[in-house]
Amino acid sequence: MIDVLSAACLLAGAFFCLVGGIGLIRMPDFYTRMHAASVTETLGAGLVLLGLMLEAGPTLISVKLAMVGLLLFFASPTASHALARAALLRGVKPELADEENPSSKP
Amino acid sequence: MNVFGAAALALLVTVALALVRAARGPTVFDRLQAANTVGTCAMLLLAVLGFLGGRPEFLDLALVYGLLNVIGVIAVLKFFRNGDLGDPGHAKEKER
Amino acid sequence: MQGGLRLYPLMNRLRLLSAFVALYVFWLLLSGFFTPFLMAAGAGSVVAVLWLSHRMDVIDHEGHPIHLSLRAFLSYWPWLAVEIVKSAWDVTRRVLHPALPISPTLVRFRPRQTSPLGLVIHANSITLTPGTIAIEVAAEEFLVHALSREGAAGLAGSEMDHRCEALEK
Repeated sequence: MIDVLSAACLLAGAFFCLVGGIGLIRMPDFYTRMHAASVTETLGAGLVLLGLMLEAGPTLISVKLAMVGLLLFFASPTASHALARAALLRGVKPELADEENPSSKP
Repeated sequence: MNVFGAAALALLVTVALALVRAARGPTVFDRLQAANTVGTCAMLLLAVLGFLGGRPEFLDLALVYGLLNVIGVIAVLKFFRNGDLGDPGHAKEKER
Repeated sequence: MQGGLRLYPLMNRLRLLSAFVALYVFWLLLSGFFTPFLMAAGAGSVVAVLWLSHRMDVIDHEGHPIHLSLRAFLSYWPWLAVEIVKSAWDVTRRVLHPALPISPTLVRFRPRQTSPLGLVIHANSITLTPGTIAIEVAAEEFLVHALSREGAAGLAGSEMDHRCEALEK
C-alpha cells in the first residue's frame, strides 16, 4: 500500500518536473518561463521528496529529505524574487497580454 | 524498470530541456533561471539516485547542492548587477 | 563588554538558547552518530556558529522569530500547500495546452502587513505559488507578475493577504 502511494508520488513529481522543463522551452518570455520553472521547484520537488519519504519510512533519512524540502521551500522563492527583480531593473520587458481580448481558459 | 529509474529518467530529461533553454538564452536571466532549474533537478536526482543504488547517504550531497544552488544564483546576480563580466564594479572610480 | 550580560535583554537570551537547541538538533539529525566525541564536536560547532552570528548581530526578531506562534504556522503551511497544488495544476494545464492560453499581467497592490517579517512571508508565499512572482516588495506596494489575468485579479486583498496579516500578531 505504502509502496503504491510512494510510487504514485514519485511518478507524479517526475511528471511535474517535466512540465516545468517543457514550460521552460515553450513559454514566450523570461517572466512566463519563471512561472513554469516554479512548478518544478514546488510541486515537482515536493512530490518527489514526499515519495522518497514514504519509501524511507520514519527514519533519519526521512528527516534529511524533509530538510531538503524545507531548504528548497524557504530559499527558492528568494532566488526567484532576486532573479525577477534583477531582470526588471536591467530592463527586460515582460510581454503583457492585450487588455481587450479576454483570456482563454484552458 | 523500477519507479526510481523512471523518476531519474524524467529528471534527466528535465535537465536536458533546461540546458536547451540555457543554450538558447536569449537574456542572461533566462540562462540563470535554467541553471537554477538544473540545480533543483540535480538535487532531486541525487536523492533519487541514492535510493536507486541503496545508498541514501547521497542525501547529504543533495542538501549541500541545494544550498549552493540558491547561493550560486544570488552570487551570479550580484556579479551581473555591475554590468558585464569585465566591469570592475567601481563606477565612480572609473569616471575619474 | 562588562555588564553586557545584564544589559542583554531577556528575549535575546531566550533567542540565543532556542538557536542553540535548534542548531544542535540540526547537527544531531544530520550526523546520525551518537558517539561522545561527535556529540562534543557538535556542541563546539554550534557554540562557534552562535558566537559568529552574535558578532554578526543576526540573532534578532527577524533572524530567529521565536515570537511568532507555532500554532499560526501549523495552520498556515497546510493552507499554503493546498494553494500551491491548486495553482501548480493550473500552470501545468496552461503549459501543456496546445494553444498556450496565457495572459501575462503585471499588477500593483498594497499589502495589509506592516512588519517586514509579515511582508516577507507574504511575498515569499506569492513567489512560492506557481503562476505569480513578487518582483518588487515594499510596505507601500507589491509589484507582482502573474501568468494569467485570473491569477492577477485574485491578488489584492486575497485570503493569503489576510492570513499573513493574522500571522503577524
